[in-house]
Amino acid sequence: MKRLSAEQLLGLDKFLVDDDEGHIRLNKEHCRECAAKPCTIACPAGLYTIRDGEISFDYAGCLECGTCRVVCPKSGVAIIWNYPRGGFGVQFRYG
Amino acid sequence: MAEDKFTAIIVGAGPAGSTAAMLLAREGHEVLLIEKGASPGTKNMFGGRLYSHALNRIIPEFWEEAPVERAVAREIVTFLNDGQAVSLNCHNADWARPPYHSFTLLRAEFDAWLASKAEEAGAMLACNIRVDDLLAENGKITGIRAGEDEMFADVVIAADGVNSIIAQKAGLSRMFSARQVATGVKQIIELPPETIEQRFQLNGGEGAAQLFVGDCTKGLQGGGFLYTNKQSVSLGLVVNSADLEHSRQKAPDLLEDFKSSPHIVPLIEGGEVVEYSAHLIPEAGIGMMPRVFGDGILVAGDAAGFVLNLGYVVRGMDFAIASGEAAAKAVMEAKRQNDFSRRSLGVYHKLLEESFVLRDLEAYRRAPEFMENRRLYESYPDFVTSLVTNLFTINGGRPAHLYSKILSQMKQSKINPAKLAVDSWRGATWL
Repeated sequence: MKRLSAEQLLGLDKFLVDDDEGHIRLNKEHCRECAAKPCTIACPAGLYTIRDGEISFDYAGCLECGTCRVVCPKSGVAIIWNYPRGGFGVQFRYG
Repeated sequence: MAEDKFTAIIVGAGPAGSTAAMLLAREGHEVLLIEKGASPGTKNMFGGRLYSHALNRIIPEFWEEAPVERAVAREIVTFLNDGQAVSLNCHNADWARPPYHSFTLLRAEFDAWLASKAEEAGAMLACNIRVDDLLAENGKITGIRAGEDEMFADVVIAADGVNSIIAQKAGLSRMFSARQVATGVKQIIELPPETIEQRFQLNGGEGAAQLFVGDCTKGLQGGGFLYTNKQSVSLGLVVNSADLEHSRQKAPDLLEDFKSSPHIVPLIEGGEVVEYSAHLIPEAGIGMMPRVFGDGILVAGDAAGFVLNLGYVVRGMDFAIASGEAAAKAVMEAKRQNDFSRRSLGVYHKLLEESFVLRDLEAYRRAPEFMENRRLYESYPDFVTSLVTNLFTINGGRPAHLYSKILSQMKQSKINPAKLAVDSWRGATWL
């Protein structure tokens, strides 16, 4: 079976993206001070990446697991986590 | 407002929430079951198996109507080390006969069915609603706020899953640590039913559950799992979230590596991946249990950390269902007294103690500590796979008796006999 990238895996899932409101917000000034950036390794969707030395995050493919929230050394300050608004976000067809 | 007031508002239409809603509604109570997903189950995932006992007491012979996949008749635990794998493989045909021991299932379908049972009983189900906050008066929870809407109840039941925003807002639980939870990732891989039955040596309709320990997690605390559904397998990895931070590979790549191992390839060959999902799992057992009751509020299911991982057995849904049942009984008792204070709702804790929920979590209180032992993920799988492989290897070399083979493999796998003795004793008495 051929190897799938995170993007390809997320492409299999059904999302209803909330264009008006991102459910996870980053305070990047805190992220800049974070050396380890565990979110970039631990996010199962691989949504935290480093671009031009700065953290970049796309909420659109979020699987809503909460891993980034729990591994963030400044959780609640650097990563402000919530579920998407009702009805939005990932919609597992199998689960 | 009185006419708008519910006996209970239940946040989250998973197994805990829907069970509580159904039992309260059966007794004629006004119940509002709120779900943030477009329908119940769309936000939920798990490894793959429900132990039947808890639900069978509430909905006798539920399997006659519930969307279950396969009755698990084969249990496999596999130690992995590079090209070597050693399995304990147990088949019991009785498990696949009534009263079925356990079922694999898919949550989108199953949770929707269970919520529909709550609706049938008279509960009001409201989907597409994210609860944003709790309402309180004089320190007692009186309802919930969702966007602009406020809704009132005698009791709010937080059954909103492992991230448990509601219990945290109520001040009943603190944010858990990464060490206390694990991250699970899973792919659903479609295969024809006959192929599944051939590959896992199953009679028609039977299912298999396989757990893996060893280099599938590359030394990180955790393991792999595979559950057979009717026409798909659920394949995944669970890794302690604190360990995952120190992984050299990103989480989705760990699973792709596992998929490409020579032990997994023949099981999924020709299959098609149709979904990828992830979820947190509360793994610290009773050690991470929040206060499960407060003034006007109860906490049930994953939100209360009711999950048990013994390495060879993983349970969550049966605890969720039984805690939902206990929550419903506690609300009914409080309603009889017309007292929804913390003191009155404390009966919930007593009911949990009398049920298997706290009995079992208490009995296995030290299991999470056992699971933190690195040797379980590195040297022991190496020892087991190398030793057993050696036993079956004939190469014309000098004969050695079992005793000396065991001793020499212990040396090679760097097994400290004293630590092995302690770990064995702990395993035998803690798990």
